[in-house]
Amino acid sequence: MSQAPSSPPALAGAPSKIDASCRVPLLLMFICAAVWLVIASAFALIASIKFHSPDFLADCPWLTYGRVRPAYLNALLYGFCLQAGLGVGLWLLARLGRAPLAQPWLVIVGTLVWNLGVKFGIWGVLSGDGTGFQYLDMPGYAAWIMMLGCLLISLSGLLTFHQRRERALFVSQWFVFAALFWFPWTYSTAELLLVTWPVRGAAQVAIWGYYVANLEVTWLALIGLAAIFYFVPKLTRHQLHSHYLALFAFWMLILFGGWSGIPGGAPLPAWMPVLSTAATMLLLVPVVIVAVLIHQTVEGKWTRLMANPPLRFIALGAFAYLLAGLMRVASAGLDLHHPISLTWFAPAQAQLNAYGFFSLVMFGAIYWIVPQLAGMEFASAKLVRAHFWLALLGLLLSVVPLAIGGIVEELRLETSGISFMQVVKTTMPFLRASTIGDLLLGLGHVVFVVNLLGMVVRFYRPRAVSAYAAATMDLCAVKAKP
Amino acid sequence: MNYGPLIFLAAFFAMASSWCGFVLTPQLQVGQLQQTNTLGTTVTYPIPRPGLAQQGLQVYRANGCAYCHSQQVRQSGTVCDVVLAETGTNQPALLASLVKVKPGLSETEARDFIAKLPAPVLRGITKEAADAAAKILNAASAKAQVWIVPVGPDIARGWGKRRTVAEDFLFDSPVMAGSQRIGQDLANVGVRLPDANWHLRHLYAPRLTEKASTMPPYRFLFEKHKIEHNPSPEALVLPAEMAPAPGYEILPKQEARALAAYLVSLRADAPLFVAPLTVAAVDAATATNPPAALGAATGNAAPVNAPAK
Repeated sequence: MSQAPSSPPALAGAPSKIDASCRVPLLLMFICAAVWLVIASAFALIASIKFHSPDFLADCPWLTYGRVRPAYLNALLYGFCLQAGLGVGLWLLARLGRAPLAQPWLVIVGTLVWNLGVKFGIWGVLSGDGTGFQYLDMPGYAAWIMMLGCLLISLSGLLTFHQRRERALFVSQWFVFAALFWFPWTYSTAELLLVTWPVRGAAQVAIWGYYVANLEVTWLALIGLAAIFYFVPKLTRHQLHSHYLALFAFWMLILFGGWSGIPGGAPLPAWMPVLSTAATMLLLVPVVIVAVLIHQTVEGKWTRLMANPPLRFIALGAFAYLLAGLMRVASAGLDLHHPISLTWFAPAQAQLNAYGFFSLVMFGAIYWIVPQLAGMEFASAKLVRAHFWLALLGLLLSVVPLAIGGIVEELRLETSGISFMQVVKTTMPFLRASTIGDLLLGLGHVVFVVNLLGMVVRFYRPRAVSAYAAATMDLCAVKAKP
Repeated sequence: MNYGPLIFLAAFFAMASSWCGFVLTPQLQVGQLQQTNTLGTTVTYPIPRPGLAQQGLQVYRANGCAYCHSQQVRQSGTVCDVVLAETGTNQPALLASLVKVKPGLSETEARDFIAKLPAPVLRGITKEAADAAAKILNAASAKAQVWIVPVGPDIARGWGKRRTVAEDFLFDSPVMAGSQRIGQDLANVGVRLPDANWHLRHLYAPRLTEKASTMPPYRFLFEKHKIEHNPSPEALVLPAEMAPAPGYEILPKQEARALAAYLVSLRADAPLFVAPLTVAAVDAATATNPPAALGAATGNAAPVNAPAK
């Protein structure tokens, strides 16, 4: 539609035109994502409080721990991460290709369908229809609706990529383009073989590990790194140090990410965990590459990463990627002899990856993109800063205690003289700290939604007012005529 | 240059490789597993869970029990025990060999030792050392056996006798091996706590059976019921402060009964070729699910010896 042959390329490729084409669909995606984030935080808080007071909300089957916890994880992943990630990905494709978003209506419809699916999914998990596979808890009926929404959104992304005016590709486009295929492929595989027509026996464990690795290790990194490689050079006004290194990270990620999901000691033939551990070790390479690239790009002056609020979020996210990658390797290495992946260390790593790395990068990207779309700055820079500090503190308080608690838990579990209840008792202080972390994160998310909604109101209110005035003026004119 | 098709193909082949590795091959290898014999007996393992326990698996899934409970026992290795089963006819020779294989054993201690058999002579040694010791004892016309014993923190904790393997989940769907141990590992909870009533009480009020438990209560799986004629035999026995008003009783709903039946059915301790261990014949009868175990009780009466891998 915006590809009318009559429009001169220079004009159509102008940032303002591109932003205009992205405005409605991307604002819709970001706001839906932010609302899911607040809902997820509420679930996280309920789940967290249950450790201190197991009787809290205990008589309501919909809010028992085993349902609230998956509701939290799925709202975070599918409500926020996937949705915000696709939105940022689309914007990168349009901007870097110097072409307006193709068929924005596809994205709008796709987003509405996707959110309908997530709603069904969370409702299903809470009502007891969960599948029993962590991170893939949403029941089949919700999953296929989400799949349709995702395909519609991806189709628009592919068309945008196809119609790009700048033929030379920036490395971020490789990442986003691959991510557009990655999720539908792996999600439909897992959904078909685990939920729709479940395979027999423990093969389910392997396929579940394959899916989780492809989602958490590969997909999140594809989109998150695409944003890091675009925004860090752009906002520091430097060149990305090396395209080839970034592409090398891309290859390592897509080649070995999917192999890394089976922990040592899983009830499967021994070659699977061993191969998986080897793949996890190789994933150290993209982690190191990201660190080297950022270091070289900012020419060693890390303070430059603190220049503005969006960049601050992204820099912190990149740092979290480094830490989460190291934790993943440490966990895989230890797992062969000490099952640390069955302790609180594993959720701490997953939280650092999905929240510390991915979500923070998305916050930064959204805080940069939304003012472009609306053509104005955020009303209160203070509120953006408040979100940053709440996110940082919340992250520290929720990840660090759980990681340490996990190590303590494992050491004590390996001492057979310590009873299991004593082990549970030692993890309690760590869980208390993480509850405060969850609370701070939740507050940060409320601030995030307020920031976004405030922007939308400020953008659309004058237009609504003038449209209303115009309409009523016509009405007055009609009345005045006779 | 248009890199679109190149990226597509690259992504496709990268995806296809991990798909072949962790979707196709597991399906060909693990997905085609069949029931197998337990070592040294003719008992088939695993057998499908009883109908009520299968319903219980779905209650376990619906309430996300796997978010707190793993069902995977891990094992760090295998050691051997040398067990003396019978003294044989040449007692002086046996006493001499006992003193030889177990340094520090006095002759009177050895005499006491052979009075109550079968008993382990040596524990936690390598296969080679165990074979050598058994050879010396058997040369003295005694009957010594080498037992295979899996070891590891989980096993020391009493969570199981051997590691959990793919075979244990053959008839379960979904397979919920779990990802955290916020609560106890449940792979063998049916062996540790075989009483369904214990589980019902624990589900209704976890701190009744375990004081410091952090498990949330599942009171919604139970209902308060007015006693019409006689109290139901199924009613929960509760302390005074938790008991319902006089004339009422707490009965488990179908879900609670099913869940308890499922928990009791969790017994993953049969000796298998992939996870060998030696069990005495008495144990072998209770190692698998009850119906098959009844058949096993009439089987081999002597301790069975599993081959070392």
